[in-house]
Amino acid sequence: MYEGVLQDLIDELARLPGVGPKGAQRIAFHLLAADPADVRRLAETMQEMKAKATFCQTCGNVSQAERCRICADPRRDPTSICVVEEPKDVVAIERTREFRGRYHVLGGAISPLAGIGPDQLRIRELMGRLADGEVTEVILAMDPNIEGDATAAYLSRLLRSMELSVTRLASGLPVGGDLEYADEVTLGRAFAGRRSTGD
Amino acid sequence: MPVYSDEAVVLRTHKLAEADRIITLLTREHGVVRAVARGVRRTSSKFGSRLEPFTHVDLQLAIGRNLDTVTQAETRAPYGAAIAADYERYTAASVMLETAERLVSEEREPSVQQYLLLVGALRTMVAGEHRPGDVLDAFLLRSMSVAGYAPSCWACASCGLEGPHRAFSPGAGGALCPRCRVPGSASPAAETLVHLGALLSGHWEQVDAAHDRHRREARGLVSAYVSWHLERALRSMPLLAREVSGER
Ligand SMILES: [Zn+2]
Ligand SMILES: [Zn+2]
Repeated sequence: MYEGVLQDLIDELARLPGVGPKGAQRIAFHLLAADPADVRRLAETMQEMKAKATFCQTCGNVSQAERCRICADPRRDPTSICVVEEPKDVVAIERTREFRGRYHVLGGAISPLAGIGPDQLRIRELMGRLADGEVTEVILAMDPNIEGDATAAYLSRLLRSMELSVTRLASGLPVGGDLEYADEVTLGRAFAGRRSTGD
Repeated sequence: MPVYSDEAVVLRTHKLAEADRIITLLTREHGVVRAVARGVRRTSSKFGSRLEPFTHVDLQLAIGRNLDTVTQAETRAPYGAAIAADYERYTAASVMLETAERLVSEEREPSVQQYLLLVGALRTMVAGEHRPGDVLDAFLLRSMSVAGYAPSCWACASCGLEGPHRAFSPGAGGALCPRCRVPGSASPAAETLVHLGALLSGHWEQVDAAHDRHRREARGLVSAYVSWHLERALRSMPLLAREVSGER
C-alpha cells in the first residue's frame, strides 16, 4: 500500500477493464514521473470525452452528435443495415472497406446467464428502423461464439416474416473468438461470403 | 506446475484482461472449477470454440495459486452450436447451466451425479426428440432430487398418503393431501401432477403426450419449486423463451 492520493489513483486504475493491480501501479508511477502538462492533457481529454461523446440516437454507435458520422453520411447506402454487438465492431468492419451501408449497435449479445435478454438490447430500436420498408438487407455480424450465434438465431427468427434479405457473416471466421480480433482479410472474406439465415 | 486431467461441461465464461477468459466448469471429478484460458478470444486461439458454454470437453489443467490454467482441451461433444441455433433451446439450456452451478456450490467438491445429469440433459436437448421446456423441467426436478430436495409428485409430502392429490406447495415439498394442505398451496389439475411424476421418472412417452395446459401448469410449479429451494432467484429463469404450442 502507498500513501494517500497515489494509492487512490492505483485503486481507480485497477478498476479499469484489462488493468490488473500490477499494471495500475506501473501507470500510476509513470504519471507520477511524467511532465505535469502531459498529465493535465490526459485528464482534460478524459473529461472532454465524457462530456462530448454520446451515442447516436439512430444506430447506437458512439458519436459526438445526435446522429453519428455514418448515419449522417448521404453516401452510405440507406437500404442496408449491418447489426453488431458493440461500437468496436463497427470500427473493425469499417477497416475492411467491404460495407457501404449503415450500422445498428445492439449493445451486447443475449446472455441469459448474465441476465441479458432481448429487452436489454437495442432490438426494439432496430425494429423501428425497419418499419418503413426502406431497408431491404440486414447483415447479422455478431461475434462468432455461442452468445453471438444465439442472438443471430433470435434476430433471424424475428425478421423471418419481413420482406428482407437477412444474412449472417460466415465462412472463415474462427469460432470462439471476438470479432474485434479478426484480421481485416478474414473479416472482409466473411463479409463477402455472408449466408442467408433462412431455413 | 503440476497438472491434472478431467472431463467437464463449460458453464460460463468471463472476459479477462486483453484476450483471456475465466472459464467456469462443472467437472466430473473436481466439481465446479474456475480456470483461466489464455488468449482464447483471439481468432487464432488453439482452443477455438472448445471452451464455449455448453461444450463437453476433456481438459488438462495446471494447478495455479489462485486459479488453475487450461493447458489442453479436446471436444467430446460440441453441444453449443446446436443449442445456440435454436433460441428456445438456448434459454432452456442456460437455465440448466445456472442451476448446476448453483447446486454444486462448493468448488472442488465432486458431484458426479449432478455432472452426469447435466451431460445427459444437454445430449437430450440437442437430440431434439423432446420439447426443450420438458427437457429443462425434467432436469430441474432431477437435479433438485440429487441435491436432496426431491419433490413428492404423488404421495402427500407431509403424511405419505397415496395420491393423486389436488394441492402442491414448494415449501412443503410437493403434493399435499386435503388434511395436510397448507395455506397458499397451488391447486393443479391431477394430470399436471402426473406430468410432473413422468418428468421426474423419465417416462418420455407420457411427457411428450401431455396436454399443453398441464405442461404449462407443471412448468409454473417446477419454477416455483426451484426458486423456493435456491435462495437467490436464477437470473436466466425470467428469460426463458415462451414455447409455441406443439413446436419442438
Ligand atoms: Zn449512427
Ligand atoms: Zn397428508
